[in-house]
Amino acid sequence: MSSPANPATPAARSPIAAADATSASDPAAARKASRTIYRHRVPVRVMHWVNVVCLTILLMSGLTIFNAHPALYWGQASTFDDPWLSIGAVDAPDGGIRGVTTLGSHQFSTDGVLGASRVGNETRKTVRAFPSWSTLPSPQWLALGRNWHLAFAWLFVANGIAYVLYAIFSGHLTRDLLPTRPEWAGIGQAVKDHILFRHPTGENAKRYNVLQNLAYLVVVFGLFPLLILAGFGMSPRLDAVFPGWVSLLGGRQSARSLHFLATFGLLLFTFVHVFEVLISGVWNQMRSMVTGWYTLPAAKGDKS
Amino acid sequence: MIKKPISSGHPKPLPNRRSALRAALAGVGAFGLAGCDRLSNNPGFVKSLKSAQYLSEATQKLVAGPSAMAQEFSEADISPRFKPNGTMMPGDADYRDLLANGFAEWKLEVDGLVEKPAAFSLAELRAMPSRTQITRHDCVEGWSVIGKWKGVQLSHVLAQVRPTAKAKFVVFRCADSMDDPNADEDSTYYESISMSEARHAQTILAYDLNDKTLPVANGAPLRLRVERQLGYKQAKYLMRLELVEDFRDIRDGAGGYWEDNGYEWYAGI
Repeated sequence: MSSPANPATPAARSPIAAADATSASDPAAARKASRTIYRHRVPVRVMHWVNVVCLTILLMSGLTIFNAHPALYWGQASTFDDPWLSIGAVDAPDGGIRGVTTLGSHQFSTDGVLGASRVGNETRKTVRAFPSWSTLPSPQWLALGRNWHLAFAWLFVANGIAYVLYAIFSGHLTRDLLPTRPEWAGIGQAVKDHILFRHPTGENAKRYNVLQNLAYLVVVFGLFPLLILAGFGMSPRLDAVFPGWVSLLGGRQSARSLHFLATFGLLLFTFVHVFEVLISGVWNQMRSMVTGWYTLPAAKGDKS
Repeated sequence: MIKKPISSGHPKPLPNRRSALRAALAGVGAFGLAGCDRLSNNPGFVKSLKSAQYLSEATQKLVAGPSAMAQEFSEADISPRFKPNGTMMPGDADYRDLLANGFAEWKLEVDGLVEKPAAFSLAELRAMPSRTQITRHDCVEGWSVIGKWKGVQLSHVLAQVRPTAKAKFVVFRCADSMDDPNADEDSTYYESISMSEARHAQTILAYDLNDKTLPVANGAPLRLRVERQLGYKQAKYLMRLELVEDFRDIRDGAGGYWEDNGYEWYAGI
């Protein structure tokens, strides 16, 4: 079993240049560089897909819950006339309704998607913040949305705890996730490579690149804990664990806002994550997260 | 029916939620997560989803024990208006008669599994030792308001009627019908809490809100405050407290009006 990454191999500062040099001078080395490695171990793969299922269900059922009161506030209590974000509908000149999203004092028309949208094949629009295709269940049904959300939140948290423990005790964290000193030093080059959509090849593709590492670390140790803590901050019973702790988040309504914002931070990560998978060899990447086996991409110009 | 925790901006649920869901599902069958919606329509599956509430309840009781207190606030934190939700003015004739007389004839009956059933007038309840608390009310929809409540601790009332050892829950019977008051089927609001929750220091029967007599919209003459649970547990327009061993035989058996409509009995989350 080859390890997903080898800490003994310092990452090259310019992965592209290094790989190009190899393929140009030594075809045998180039073939070697495109060999298949065992990248993701079973626990990581299982927990990754459990997470995909949980987050999809949590997002969609969360939107159902949001729809029950589609406005966000800062502080302990709701200031109903003054949300920082609200999604609703206004009367349209044609006698129908028009969906609008209000952020601070700015109002945007988001008709058809946010605020007012068609449910299924209906001809008339319905007032609802997030459209039925994005919510679970698709009809506006708060009780059932909560049932889904509060059940899968448990699975998500259990999976998350299992992942963090695994990452620490298996060495996955130090070996694969924490950037090495040379990687930190190469962060400028990594940013440049990302902007130019250049992906590491050969030996350099064995390790997560430094931006990838940072993204994963921010999600696992930043967004997820914030999301969970803000979720706890909305529970009236957990409020009583230590009276006043919710004020550290800014109050219950701030906790609700943070829960929402962390969700969209996570959604942003997911878009970038899926985009990177799509452009860096979707079949290879998907196979590696299903079977564990990943083919190191050969350098440009190499046919093998 | 008005007292639904689904906000006023949304269409009222149809009388038969199952058929409403089916109709809605027919329209979205083409979408990818239709499978999840099919599961949503499967009573066995929903029951297993809902069983997560027992895990939540057990865990929350572990980290916030029976006497753990909900956060209390200062006068400066009180919301300018305590947003009422659900029934704002019961249409029931009996309630209207009591209201017309300033609740002079109103009495809170306390019976069931108790040694000394009793009925208390508003004056009698007001003469009992009181507790004042400024707390946050969290609606299941997501919003919060802060208000100052004054009332008698439920533990004090229970001590006078002396619950028997078999009593496990307090059921709160309310004056307001959620559907047509003249319909054959009883649709009056009701709720229930455990004895442990009933004896919590912040569990009070409130008659004042923000230093004034409790307004009709907020549940006059008397409402429950059970501060570590969501808004729908805070039964308004109280008429009768019934101590029971279990609530399975009451109405649809889930322990409350909204519980019978799919919401969790344990509303600490």
